[in-house]
Amino acid sequence: MSTDQQPTYPLATMPAHLGEVIVRAKGVHKFFGDLHVLRGVDLDVWQAEAVMIIGRSGSGKTTLLRCINFLEEPTLGTIEVDGVRVEADPLGRRPRSHREHIRDIRLRAGMLFQDFNLFPHMSVLQNCIEAPTRVKGVARDEAVVTAEKYLDKVGLLEKRDEYPARLSSGQKQRAAIARAMCMGPKVLMFDEPTSALDPELIGEVLKVMEELAHEGTTMIVVTHEMHFAREAADRVVFMDGGVIAEQGPPEQVLDDPREESTKQFLRRVLAAR
Amino acid sequence: MLKNEQPPAPDQVVAAMRGEQRRRSARFRLIFIATWIIIVGGILLALKAGPRFDPTFDLGPIDRSNPASTPVWVYILGGIPLTLVISVVSITIAIALALAGALGRLSKNAFVYGAASLYVSLVRGTPLIVQIIFVYYALPQVIPATADVPAIYLGIIALAFNYGAYMTEIFRAGIQAVPRGQREAAEALGMRESLVMRRVVMPQAIRIVIPAIGNDFISMTKDSALVSVIGVQELLWRAQHVGSANFRNLETLLLAAGVYWAITIVLSLFQERLERRMARGDR
Repeated sequence: MSTDQQPTYPLATMPAHLGEVIVRAKGVHKFFGDLHVLRGVDLDVWQAEAVMIIGRSGSGKTTLLRCINFLEEPTLGTIEVDGVRVEADPLGRRPRSHREHIRDIRLRAGMLFQDFNLFPHMSVLQNCIEAPTRVKGVARDEAVVTAEKYLDKVGLLEKRDEYPARLSSGQKQRAAIARAMCMGPKVLMFDEPTSALDPELIGEVLKVMEELAHEGTTMIVVTHEMHFAREAADRVVFMDGGVIAEQGPPEQVLDDPREESTKQFLRRVLAAR
Repeated sequence: MLKNEQPPAPDQVVAAMRGEQRRRSARFRLIFIATWIIIVGGILLALKAGPRFDPTFDLGPIDRSNPASTPVWVYILGGIPLTLVISVVSITIAIALALAGALGRLSKNAFVYGAASLYVSLVRGTPLIVQIIFVYYALPQVIPATADVPAIYLGIIALAFNYGAYMTEIFRAGIQAVPRGQREAAEALGMRESLVMRRVVMPQAIRIVIPAIGNDFISMTKDSALVSVIGVQELLWRAQHVGSANFRNLETLLLAAGVYWAITIVLSLFQERLERRMARGDR
């Protein structure tokens, strides 16, 4: 990671255990037609940092996440993940070689979805070894060992041969986490990972994520779980109207917000509880 | 409720309901089968009562002057293997064409999309019988070598070409029916487009389109009769051939129609079973 650029997040408030920058989004704008969803977002995520993005729906949280691994093409700006840097290409003129950079970014940034998106025609284990063997060229035996390690970690080792249809929603999301981990990503990005879960199953997924965070997994989580954010986040980012309105340690953003919009949002969220 | 009559126990009521249900469905099935037998049998009996229908013709020898020659029904039924071969080979080629066509119809490349769309439009916009006759009679004018190709190959080509176009749209719809999230999850894992298609989208799309392919295969066995017009000696051709030579079209065509009917019934049963098994499967 180049050090000549100023980090967009004040180093002074950065927790001491954090190392280099893993994800850097710079000046990211995204239009959907005339809709200006992201209006210039700068976000740096340090190694081992757990960043939770909060904000009301439509504020651009999910779009930001999807722009980082180019599931959405940013309209403007630069994305850099673990040293791989790709500029926005709104006109679709990117040469083939640069498209490979996007793949490099995706290999470094694992993504978890609201609705899991496990492959229904593959067993849990096959889900976990498919990409390592076919994309990274890992030998099957080796991929199975890795997969079993992560399935064990998320508590699903005994479900390795089940098909996704036979898993609960919580188990599906945990299997999806194992699948993402199997690629050895530098950062895990969670897009509202508990929004589609049955309420009584949210806990088991958050527990796995909290463990990952405490073990120093770099992660970016778009979430509505304020309690979880407080427990597991190193930094909370509040987005509003397509920009980062406020960010900082959880106790500061959640308990003592500076911005009026943050206060308003938190009042509304907490009132709904 | 009079005097000290006991209300029945719940499990007795449930047992009685189950028994009643079983009786009703057995009765329904019985009447269903009887209806078929009565109507079909009635029509045949009515025909037989008339002076012009002789069902024994089908049982007699094909060569009237030689009682030892093959019976007519054996000769006609001898067309079944060819009918089935034409159907199986044509549907197989059609599936391959449809796969290519569907990928073309989903392509962002204007040329590929244009070519695939032209194929679908042209084939769906002209009658199948015209395509079969065209391939047999008109193609040799352009490509003289095709004059020496046996009619059965040309018939298969025409059928496959035609069904390929219809199935292109089935495959396209099947591919589009795979949730977008599946593709995104695969891409997010770093898979290239071709791998996403091959390993994630296609296997799911095929499950979606299997019932439709089954339907098309059943239609194909019936439409295969059309190649009789270019002289392929399958089921219908044989029935017509013997029938018209002896002025016994009613007898032979009834036999041929009955065979087509039986084939489609058997195939439908197969298909139902396959679909039930797939519904039970892991999805």
